[in-house]
Amino acid sequence: MPERQPMTLFSMTTRAMSAQMVRMNAATSNLANAGSVSTTEEGAYRPIRAVFAVELDRASGLAGVTAGGLVRAETAPTKRHDPTHPLADKDGFVFEAPVDETAEMVEIMESARQYQNLVQALQTAKQLMLETLRSQ
Amino acid sequence: MNERLFGIHGAALTVRSERMGVIASNIANAATPGYKARDIDFNAALDARMARARGVNTANPEAGMVWRSPTMPSLDGNTVELSREQVAFAENAVAYSATLSFVQGKVNTITRALKGE
Repeated sequence: MPERQPMTLFSMTTRAMSAQMVRMNAATSNLANAGSVSTTEEGAYRPIRAVFAVELDRASGLAGVTAGGLVRAETAPTKRHDPTHPLADKDGFVFEAPVDETAEMVEIMESARQYQNLVQALQTAKQLMLETLRSQ
Repeated sequence: MNERLFGIHGAALTVRSERMGVIASNIANAATPGYKARDIDFNAALDARMARARGVNTANPEAGMVWRSPTMPSLDGNTVELSREQVAFAENAVAYSATLSFVQGKVNTITRALKGE
């Protein structure tokens, strides 16, 4: 593994923005699979969530964030009686993905807000740095 | 030399810059479970830095670092409150600008003296 560069304000914000992106992608995947059905309970789609973890850089005192991993929710799929469905099992049941659309939309909105926050903080920091550099 | 020329403002600018990093870390970790928000107590950090500049080598480098106490604790143990961080960041940015203009004024004074205007 190559020698890690010390964390700067810019690299920290970049990583935090990537983490928010992972979170938003996970929520979007859940929304996309909201209506999907399956013949078996195991085959049904389970919603995924990004889990964030702190990434402390002792040299600079900054604390970045990474999307440490994705976890699947342990929610049971919705069992629905629909004998005419082509994917129905022998008893006439299909298993629907247990996606809460409202919760996913809220997740996306919250993620977007935090992303905006990061961009704003970065812009302010960048402007102050430039002012410091430009002063004669 | 640095201290003689800029007085307290050189050290203050560094502390302001550090505090900006710490608050940006809080904003970045607004959704991290278990993250404890930190802040820099400006007075304590500045005192420690001035003491170090004078050669008193007792202060620890983490001086002035404080944990933020949340208005309401959250379930996942995260103590970041975005609105507070935003206000703190804005306040710090304004103070940074103010300190920077003091430093600029000093530099202008010295430059004019050197030019003999």
